[in-house]
Amino acid sequence: MRYTFGLVLALSVFWLINSGHYDALLLSLGVISVGAVTLIALRMDVVDQESIPLHLLRRIPFYLLWLGVQICRSNLDLVRRVWLPGQRSTPRIARLPLPQYSDICRVVYANSINLTPGTLTVELAPDHLLVHTLSAEGLAALEEGEMSRRVSELEQ
Amino acid sequence: MMLDWVSGVLLLVGSFLLLTGALGFLRFADFYARIHACGVTETLATSCILLGLLIQSDSAVPQFKLLLILLFVLLSSPTSSHALAKAAWNAGVRPRDNRGKQPLPLPPGEH
Repeated sequence: MRYTFGLVLALSVFWLINSGHYDALLLSLGVISVGAVTLIALRMDVVDQESIPLHLLRRIPFYLLWLGVQICRSNLDLVRRVWLPGQRSTPRIARLPLPQYSDICRVVYANSINLTPGTLTVELAPDHLLVHTLSAEGLAALEEGEMSRRVSELEQ
Repeated sequence: MMLDWVSGVLLLVGSFLLLTGALGFLRFADFYARIHACGVTETLATSCILLGLLIQSDSAVPQFKLLLILLFVLLSSPTSSHALAKAAWNAGVRPRDNRGKQPLPLPPGEH
């Protein structure tokens, strides 16, 4: 029930933001379309904890803030590597452990690795990740495990 | 006036980062390293340019739409670079060192 409610709320906000016209006719059309999408989603049986991860909402803003800082830092590092001559980066490819057990947190972890330039998830296996990094320092930072720990904290 | 300056600086920084991504794409040695260069383009460069445009706009609806575009880009670009990397890996492309000459040592279990 709460997932249905969450879906209706998210769809309504999405519609209101995108519309910009708030007269009776358009609002009623909006209500009808939100209702139709919700009914279809319920009939497809996709309204559940996985598609509407309400339990993550409380912690995810802090994680996104931290991730934003990491993205800026690794962007600066990559800009230096591109523009300054004589930067000898040593690419690495390695396996990382994957302690997260829910699918959504695994996706958050793999996507976070991809979002920070310089590290890239090549393969996602049931028990490990295969990552390629542009530098040995990038791999060391991942192996140190702060990102993994923060993603694990999301699902508690 | 002040906001115009902020917006202009953001747009300039974003353009510089786009240029960096393109230059890195040309300079880096192998397939996987080049995907890293594209990472600059799709994260910070996109954010800077969209934020600069957002400041230029003076009504709420286009601003929200720009934020939504940013959100969708940030959600879909890592997925697409993962799809590229995985397709290359499955096709037998293996990473090489920073000169593109020697293959990198693979972790045990991979070949």
